[in-house]
Amino acid sequence: MNSVLNEYKTIAIQGLWKNNPGLVQLLGLCPLLAVTATLTNALGLGLATMAVLIGSNVLVSLVKFYVPREIRIPVFVMIIAALVTCVQLLINAYAYGLYLSLGIFLPLIVTNCVIIGRAEAFASRNSLLKSAFDGFMMGLGFLLVLAVLGASREILGQGTLFEGADLLLGDWAASLTVHLWQVDTSFLLAMLPPGAFIGMGFLIAFKNIVDKQIADRTTAPLVTETVTRARITKVS
Amino acid sequence: MAFKIASSPHLSRSFQTSSLMQRVMLCALPGVAVQCYFFGWGTVIQALLAMSIAIISEAVVLKLRARNVTQTLKDNSALLTGLLIGIAIPPLAPWWVTVIGTLFAIVIVKQLYGGLGHNIFNPAMAAYVMLLISFPVQMTSWVAPSVIASHPVDLVHSLQMVFTGASSSEIDAYKLGVDGISMATPLDTIKTDLAMGLTTIESLSKAIFSDGFGVGWFWVNLAYLAGGLVMLKLKVIRWHITAGILASLFICSSVGYLLNPDTFAGPLLHLFSGATMLAAFFIATDPVTAATSVRGRLVFGALIGIIVYIIRTFGGYPDAFAFAILLANLCAPFIDHYMKPRAYGHRAST
Repeated sequence: MNSVLNEYKTIAIQGLWKNNPGLVQLLGLCPLLAVTATLTNALGLGLATMAVLIGSNVLVSLVKFYVPREIRIPVFVMIIAALVTCVQLLINAYAYGLYLSLGIFLPLIVTNCVIIGRAEAFASRNSLLKSAFDGFMMGLGFLLVLAVLGASREILGQGTLFEGADLLLGDWAASLTVHLWQVDTSFLLAMLPPGAFIGMGFLIAFKNIVDKQIADRTTAPLVTETVTRARITKVS
Repeated sequence: MAFKIASSPHLSRSFQTSSLMQRVMLCALPGVAVQCYFFGWGTVIQALLAMSIAIISEAVVLKLRARNVTQTLKDNSALLTGLLIGIAIPPLAPWWVTVIGTLFAIVIVKQLYGGLGHNIFNPAMAAYVMLLISFPVQMTSWVAPSVIASHPVDLVHSLQMVFTGASSSEIDAYKLGVDGISMATPLDTIKTDLAMGLTTIESLSKAIFSDGFGVGWFWVNLAYLAGGLVMLKLKVIRWHITAGILASLFICSSVGYLLNPDTFAGPLLHLFSGATMLAAFFIATDPVTAATSVRGRLVFGALIGIIVYIIRTFGGYPDAFAFAILLANLCAPFIDHYMKPRAYGHRAST
């Protein structure tokens, strides 16, 4: 029982931190860089990606024994494309504003390497439950990176947080928008793609710093032992 | 009498980075002075602000990177970057524009790539481009040259506008000429006029021009040219990059002018407007980010000149040295690769 729990814990840590699709695998950079100008967009795309990721992992894991190895990639892509179409239609129906602001990047989830990558690397060789959990954790890791990047770019760029939250969550969410400060001129660099690249670079650097600190802390107690010499020759 | 015998290399004294940078800054002074004469104290304020921010941010980053702070600061490169940013930014731009630009130049463009000698882009120009695309309004608000302005800016007003922020109406007031017509920079004027269907001759009859040159800008460029010639004489810079830029800009604009003088500005206007001389002598010659071989430098310069002419004439921006220099910086390794000087006696591979 304990080993099963440990396995799930490993999957969670892999998805959220150690093998984070955004920060470590650097997969799905295209949506990551293109739609993270505001927190709302980032959350919207992150949630959509997560939904597709969970669904595709589940389906791939279900059909893994019936798909010939040679044609597995096309099959996976078709499964993913079907799911993306569902998500796209759902967003179109229930969050039309978000649908407009995400634009082409919603259908482009099909080409997001995170999804095909997890299908190939994890779901096609693991059980249903584990695959679903992996999809959830990878999706969550991706979503978190998107959210952090989107929030920081939005704050820097236009001094607000959660602008247009009502597009994602319905009218009640309009009050979630926080105006941190009033800016006369928005900081366009943060809003444009270069800002996403620079922000992404800082996020990766931050992760590396944290990793290094952790590594330093865990290796620190290893004090060099005092070497004692064993006497080999016998003193007569 | 004993002669001291020194072993090779028998080189004459060469510059240390610090004295080199120092000389570049000193040679830029006449240009800065002329710029102040025409555009008020704003240039000095911006330069001092940018230089102090550059020093502080460089010190902080060096400290974070656990490098020797005082020794690196002494190479004056941060000061020079600050000075160039201060010169390039419009004199009455609000202080935060300068601060953001300088921080970007030193922290991101220079130190994150590994500090002086490792940066692939010219820090001052990368910062300028960043500011230009981020704050287009602030970065294009040049005041009218004092000799023809209806309200020349004085020191107190410059300080006030830089540090408390100016409303756009105040900036507009300083853009008015004696005739009460708001003016842009010469290159901007000619660009807008040509787009509106005027000919160059008609555009050149406006108040911002006199004798076919931009008022004030002509003298600014002349002063930088003089400072640049001194640098050449002192061997602070070599002539190849500058010659490449000026020659290619001259050739391109001459061809355009000969083809159709009504819709293309003449070569002299191109050479003595905007940032031409400043960029050709002081910015593009940055030894870190430019090509290094002799032929490579000529190509590097020519590339800058051509890009500048293309953007000035057909592009969306009135002046383009910052973009051109960054693009050429990108090409520099490539240029060096193909312009590698052949070792003596080495045949080209058959």
